[in-house]
Amino acid sequence: MTERILPVEAAIAPEQGERIFVASQWQLMWWRFRKHRLAMIGAVAIIIFYLAVIGADFISYSDPEVTEANFSQMPPQPVRLFDGGAFRPHVLGVKGARDPNTFKRVFQTDPNVKIPLRFFARGYKYEFLGIIPTDRHLIGVDEGRAEETIFLLGTDTLGRDLWSRLMAGTRVSLTIGLVSVALSLFLGVLFGGLSGLYGGAVDTVIQRLIEILRSIPTIPLWMGLAAGLPRNWTVLQVYFAITIIISLVGWTELARVVRGRFLALREEDFVMAAELSGCSQWRIIFRHLVPSFMSHIIAATTLALPVMIISETSLSFLGLGIRPPAISWGVLLQDAQSLQSVALSPWLLIPAIPVIAVILAFNFVGDGLRDAADPYGV
Amino acid sequence: MSGGDKQPLLQVKNLRKLFPIRKGLLRRKIGLVRAVDDVSFHVEEGEALSLVGESGCGKTTTARCVLRAIKPTSGEILFRTEEDTVIDVSGLSRRELRPLRSQMQMIFQDPVSSLNPRMTLFDIIGEPLQVNGMRDRQQRIDRVEELLRLVGLPPEYLQRFPHAFSGGQRQRIGIARALALNPRLVVADEPVSALDVSVQAQILNLMLELQQQFGLTYLFVAHDLSVVKHFSDRVAVMYVGQIVEMAPSETLFNAPGHPYTEALLSAVPQPDPRLRSRRAALQGDVADPANPPSGCYFHPRCRYAVDICRVEPPKLEELDKDHFVSCHRAHELTLEGVMVGTRAERQPIAGAVSQVSSKA
Amino acid sequence: MENEEQPILSVRNLKTFFFMDEGTVRAVEDASFDVEPGKTLGIVGESGCGKSVTVRSILRIVERPGRIVGGQILLYRNAAGDRPGHVDLTQLEANGPEMLAIRGDEIALVFQEPMTSLSPVHTIGNQLIEAILLHRQVSRREAREIAAELLHQVGIPRPAGRLEEYSFQLSGGLRQRAMIAIALSCDPRLLIADEPTTALDVTTQGQILDLLRSLQEERGMAIILITHDLGVIAEMADDVVVMYLGQTVEKGPVDDIFHAPKHPYTQSLLQSIPSIHSRPRVNLPTISGSVPHPYNRPSGCPFHPRCPEYIVGTCETRAPSLAPVGERQEASCFLYEDA
Ligand SMILES: Nc1ncnc2c1ncn2[C@@H]1O[C@H](COP(=O)(O)OP(=O)(O)OP(=O)(O)O)[C@@H](O)[C@H]1O
Ligand SMILES: Nc1ncnc2c1ncn2[C@@H]1O[C@H](COP(=O)(O)OP(=O)(O)O)[C@@H](O)[C@H]1O
Ligand code: SF4
Ligand code: SF4
Ligand SMILES: [Mg+2]
Ligand SMILES: [Mg+2]
Repeated sequence: MTERILPVEAAIAPEQGERIFVASQWQLMWWRFRKHRLAMIGAVAIIIFYLAVIGADFISYSDPEVTEANFSQMPPQPVRLFDGGAFRPHVLGVKGARDPNTFKRVFQTDPNVKIPLRFFARGYKYEFLGIIPTDRHLIGVDEGRAEETIFLLGTDTLGRDLWSRLMAGTRVSLTIGLVSVALSLFLGVLFGGLSGLYGGAVDTVIQRLIEILRSIPTIPLWMGLAAGLPRNWTVLQVYFAITIIISLVGWTELARVVRGRFLALREEDFVMAAELSGCSQWRIIFRHLVPSFMSHIIAATTLALPVMIISETSLSFLGLGIRPPAISWGVLLQDAQSLQSVALSPWLLIPAIPVIAVILAFNFVGDGLRDAADPYGV
Repeated sequence: MSGGDKQPLLQVKNLRKLFPIRKGLLRRKIGLVRAVDDVSFHVEEGEALSLVGESGCGKTTTARCVLRAIKPTSGEILFRTEEDTVIDVSGLSRRELRPLRSQMQMIFQDPVSSLNPRMTLFDIIGEPLQVNGMRDRQQRIDRVEELLRLVGLPPEYLQRFPHAFSGGQRQRIGIARALALNPRLVVADEPVSALDVSVQAQILNLMLELQQQFGLTYLFVAHDLSVVKHFSDRVAVMYVGQIVEMAPSETLFNAPGHPYTEALLSAVPQPDPRLRSRRAALQGDVADPANPPSGCYFHPRCRYAVDICRVEPPKLEELDKDHFVSCHRAHELTLEGVMVGTRAERQPIAGAVSQVSSKA
Repeated sequence: MENEEQPILSVRNLKTFFFMDEGTVRAVEDASFDVEPGKTLGIVGESGCGKSVTVRSILRIVERPGRIVGGQILLYRNAAGDRPGHVDLTQLEANGPEMLAIRGDEIALVFQEPMTSLSPVHTIGNQLIEAILLHRQVSRREAREIAAELLHQVGIPRPAGRLEEYSFQLSGGLRQRAMIAIALSCDPRLLIADEPTTALDVTTQGQILDLLRSLQEERGMAIILITHDLGVIAEMADDVVVMYLGQTVEKGPVDDIFHAPKHPYTQSLLQSIPSIHSRPRVNLPTISGSVPHPYNRPSGCPFHPRCPEYIVGTCETRAPSLAPVGERQEASCFLYEDA
């Protein structure tokens, strides 16, 4: 070429260097996502939540199913960290009794009975990750049973430990969200992809189907479907039925995103360039189209997850989803349904906190991902 | 129509592309956009034919039909292959087209959208090689490096992503990709309109040099007449889906035969204040291709229009050798081109040229 | 500037920066120019060189995180007028009453993109009448008549009917005319047209340029015409400002800029554009490289990485400033600094 070729570094920000020039889409997305403070906080929260899902039994100290009639409706119990200046976490012994006049249950702490908390103590038996049998728990007590001594978040009317039940509920609610979203994702990508790829009549039919599904009010739809579940189904059967019911509506949003991206991308010149250089249809889809909307799908999925979780919680809260003895956030909140029990034991509302926290966290992360999803669109 | 005894590289006959206008829930067809309406032209091997015209006149659609990025409604697109056989590509299926793809390539207008932001230069430029049978990675690396050097980019940039490059550089990458398979016909759709003014010249120079080096044939789409004049051997002027004039570049710019061409030429602002034209600009708007006027489509804006123009559509006829015009009054009108006076007298930006060259 | 005639607007060493998370974009680094009454000033420069930000600064409508960080924008008023003297627009409150009055009555802007600057949910007539009612003491009925008259003046056929139409029903050229009509509604002394024809075809561009020219003749207003098209500048401008990376690199009368350009950037730019009159199919002289990324302003003279006349040791260390290179011509380049 006749023209002088300039060092291109001079023309583009040199201080940022080679790193950015060879940065792949995921790196660019990460760099952008990292700047989103709320999203980062949300991401950490979500990681903590899912760690709790994995180690639910380990973090619990009481068997969530065990009822202790003598310790029902215990208020949350403070943990004392220091004993005479030294770090020695302990709780005080409690005795339950009934007030002879009001018949209310009253608890008396005994400041002389100091029960030290132990880390990695033995407790009830469970299988870690469903395979490794063990009885170690993060905290516990040496003498006596944890069920009768530790009540971090108090107990419910049947005397079951709320902290341990919350962990069990977290496991169910958060996995149900994941399974439903996976199912929605599959349906969404399948139908959205077909719609965007073939267009024409296929597109019209799928779009109408989506519109019809979306125009039905979801709560009555879910209620109808869930109410139809046979009463004698096992916990596992109900669990899967609920995921299917939830994803039935959830996929439409994802299908919409996939189709939209598909249609937009098909207009991009680089897709035409690939076509003109002789690429096959499959190569265009998997080499050009899918990687281009992957990030958008991930963002949309993250935003869909809280909806799934809320759906499960509300269904179960209404008594139509997961049913006791299985435990989920909705089931836990069901205990707080009556004004009376809330007035008597307000700590039963505690399970609402993780629900709110996880919904916010997912929304923050989803927003961050959505902003970062297209690191090239400036 | 063809100049030599050989069949032209590309011959388009009576090309038509109609787009349905759909409306309503059931997407009923309520009309047709006549985007390309009976267009015929040919491109000789090694020449550059430009398509010019106002926005929406069907240039891009014509170019895309030729490359079979879209399927024409009717007409023939005769392409002479490497083996000297002439194939009508207008009706071929995807599969039948694939072996021909390597011989015709495209350079795009938008330097951003034409490169997949998620692929490295090696993947972008190497893709045509890979899908056309060059399986060996090292071989591809060598070829991509060679192509990068050819378009004036350092070969070390192989592993970079498009976002590391400016508009002009991206356009070079697009050119490298188009050249990867040694095409014979290159369709360039407004390759410089999205570029900074100071970078346009670099790309035009590069394309002209590559043409000389490889004997490329260009179908060049543009709306900037100065660029067209600079770039092409022959020019076809389009108006509402039809070619209204086609001639060698020099003829078209000096002695246009169609009133629309004259109007276009006079509308181009000259980069020289001493040439300020006070000629009246063309009035009115471009006709709607879904609902064109009767007779000559240009008649509502034509200052030479007579009665017959309103009823009878003119045909594209040969005015002089190689000079085709579609106007009832082509023979009687003497229209004004851009060369008023000799070029030596004008030397529009002589000041600048002499100043810098004396210093250089 | 010691012209006998006082300019109506004088921009001196304007600096407008955008303070972003990623760094500071020096959109306008050192812009200086004067607008003479009744004349057309052309501002030319490549995309991203700060033309739009300059006029947005004049009107004080720079969006956050942008801010004017230096310089003066002096708006002069006729000594005989009711508000004599001059006022520095950079010192006014961006949305204060004084600035609002200036934006309404003295300076009007026609935007680059007509589609996005006209409201899609109001008719052309409504928008025009609102603008008239804002600036003139007339009844709605009179405003309607003035609106129709304005549309007629900007060459829109069937003006009465068009008042009822929405912007998306108009073609690009008509839309730009409607924008101009709205800008004219306050009878401005200065009309700023930011790339008014970039989105249009040559033929439509010709119509709009003709319109601007005849309006100027009728009303005697000054125009700042912004474009990246040197042809449009040559056709329209009386004086020209050439900008590169936020700086005025050269300014002067249009004939001098085109026939005796002094700054290497102006010179190379003029040579590199193909013209209908130049010889076809020969290599065009080019400017090497490309416009730098705005985060990455070169040190010293911003043009030095691409400059064919680059003086090693000087140009990359010190920034040149505007100095006279002719009778009314100024350039910002070390080649002329000591001469
Ligand atoms: N809102 C904004 N935020 C950050 N940077 C901005 C903003 N507006 C403009 N800029 C930057 O300021 C510089 C000048 O922009 P400006 O819009 O004035 O350019 P221009 O000459 O008008 O170009 P164009 O021809 O593309 O309109 C550019 O680098 C641009 O990226
Ligand atoms: N996919 C499409 N569907 C409907 N109309 C189209 C489509 N593509 C182009 N057109 C119409 O065809 C005409 C010619 O378009 P095009 O060739 O893109 O114009 P140009 O390239 O000259 O700007 C225009 O009226 C345009 O609106
Ligand atoms: S045919 Fe008539 S209307 Fe059409 S261009 Fe010729 S003179 Fe004008
Ligand atoms: S100051 Fe130096 S680098 Fe800048 S334009 Fe002048 S000669 Fe070129
Ligand atoms: Mg086009
Ligand atoms: Mg601008």
